[in-house]
Amino acid sequence: MRVGPKLEQNAVRAVLLLFTAITVFILLFIVVFILRKGLPVVDLSFLSQNPVDMGRAGGIFSTIVGTLVLTAVAVVIAAPFGIGTAIFLTEYTWENRVTRIIRFGADCLAGIPSIIFGLFGFILFVTKLRFGWSILSGGLTLAFMILPTIIRTSEEAIRAVPASYRQVSFSLGSTRWQMVTRVVLPAAVPGIVTGVILSVGRSIGETAAVIFTAGSALHIPTSVFSSSRTMAVHFYILAREGISMSNAYGTAAVLVISILIINVITYYLMERFIRKYS
Amino acid sequence: MIAAVVRDFGHWFGAVRTLRGITLDINRNEILGVIGPAGSGKSTFLGALNRMNDLVRGSRIEGLIEIDGKNIYGPDANVAELRRKLGMVFATPIALPRSVFENVAFGIRLKGRPSKAGLGDLVRDCLEKAGLWGEVKERLDTSALNLSGGQQQRLCIARVLALKPEFILLDEPSSGLDPISTRKIEDSLRRLKSEYTIVLVTNNTKQAARVADRTAFFLAGELIEIGETERIFTAPADPRTDGYLRGRFG
Repeated sequence: MRVGPKLEQNAVRAVLLLFTAITVFILLFIVVFILRKGLPVVDLSFLSQNPVDMGRAGGIFSTIVGTLVLTAVAVVIAAPFGIGTAIFLTEYTWENRVTRIIRFGADCLAGIPSIIFGLFGFILFVTKLRFGWSILSGGLTLAFMILPTIIRTSEEAIRAVPASYRQVSFSLGSTRWQMVTRVVLPAAVPGIVTGVILSVGRSIGETAAVIFTAGSALHIPTSVFSSSRTMAVHFYILAREGISMSNAYGTAAVLVISILIINVITYYLMERFIRKYS
Repeated sequence: MIAAVVRDFGHWFGAVRTLRGITLDINRNEILGVIGPAGSGKSTFLGALNRMNDLVRGSRIEGLIEIDGKNIYGPDANVAELRRKLGMVFATPIALPRSVFENVAFGIRLKGRPSKAGLGDLVRDCLEKAGLWGEVKERLDTSALNLSGGQQQRLCIARVLALKPEFILLDEPSSGLDPISTRKIEDSLRRLKSEYTIVLVTNNTKQAARVADRTAFFLAGELIEIGETERIFTAPADPRTDGYLRGRFG
C-alpha cells in the first residue's frame, strides 16, 4: 500500500522520535534512580573519610583515590601504545596482510569479556610476575582491556584527517614524523581524546578485571604495589555481601557524577582545542 | 642557464605506465607551461620533479632527472630538501587548519626555530610577493580556512615562497578559480619569474599562451614537442599539437 510522501515523512519522524525518547528516558531513569537512592548519604564526610567497619560506616575516600590512581595508570600505559599503534598502522605502513591481522586482533580483543582479562591479569601479573594484588597489576590489566578501543578510535580519527594535508606537509619538506606531529595529530586529537575518554569511562566502571588484580584493600594506596579498592568494586562488595545498601548507592552516585564531570571537562577542553586549530 | 635536466625519463604507477621517454631541459627563471589532455601525464611529470609521486604506492621510475647537477633519484638524495627546493602548489588550494600566519610559517618552522621578528618579516614578504598581503594583513591570526578559494591559492603560493625555493611547481593552480582570481595568480607568476624557475601545468591552453615562456605538449605519457610558446601556438611542428590546440581532442 502506498501512502503519501508527507504521511510517510511524518510517520518515520514519529517512530524515530519515539526510539530516541525511549533511549533518553531509560538513561535518565537509571541516573535519577541512582542519584535519588544514593545522594542522601553523600556529604563531605562521605567523600573525605575512609570506610569504617568494611564500609558499613565512614566514607569512600580511599576508594575514590584507588579509582583515580588505577585509571590513571591504565591510561598512561595504554594511551602511548594505542596511539603509537594507530600511527604505525595509518602512516608508517601500507595496507597489507599484517595490518589486517593487527586490526582483526584488536577487534577480537575488544570483544573479550572483562572477567577474562581479570583472570589473565591475575595469572600473569599477580602470580607469575609476583606484582601481587596491586595498582600495578590492576592498571596493566585495565591497560590491556582498553588498548583495542584506543587503537581503533585513534586509527579512525587519524584516517579521517584529509590526505591533502599530508600531501601539503610533505610538499613543504616535512619528514614523516613532522607530518604526523604537526599536521595529522593536531587534526586528529578530538577523535583520539574521545577514544581515551571512552576508555577512562570503562576503566572507572570496571569491576571484574580489577577485583582479581588490584584486590579490594580498603586503605589508601601508598605505592603502585599497594592493593587498592575502586569505587565500582566497593559498590559490588557492599551490595553483594549485603554490607550496606545505602552506602552502596552512595558510592554508585559518586561514580556516576565523576564520569559526568570527566565528560564535561573533556568536552570543554576539546572545544577550546578545536577552536585553536581551525 | 639550465636548471633541470630530464633524460629518457619514464614512470609507472603499479603496472600502469604513465610517462615514457621524456627528454627536456628546464631553463632557469623561465615559466615552462605544460599542456595536454587529461591523463597525458602532465601532473605525474610535475610530481616526478619533486618526488611527490613517491608517496603513491607502486610508483616506479626509469631514466634520469638532474637538478643542479645532482640525480634527484640517486642513493644520497635528500627528498625533504628536494621538496623545499621545488615548492609545489596543488590544483585545489589546501590551507592547513591554522591561522593565515602559521600557514606561511609552516615550512620555516620545519627547519629550526626562527626569531619572532625575522619570521614576521619573512611572512609579510612572502604574502606581498604572492599578492595577498593587502587582503590579509588585518587578519593574520584568523583561520586560513575562512579565506576565499582564490585567496587560499595565493596563500599556498606564499607558503611555498617561504621555503626560499628555486622552483615553483604549479599543478593547474587556477582550475577551480574564477577569472579574476586566475588573473591575480597569473600576475603573481609574472612577477615571480625573475627570482624563480616556474613549471606550470595547466588544462587551460590560453593560460599557457598568456604566461609561459616555453610550452611543452604532453600526450598519452609522451612529450610530443616543446618550444617557445609563441612558436608552439602559431606553428606547431607536430600535427597532434595542432589538433589539441584547435580543440580536436582533449
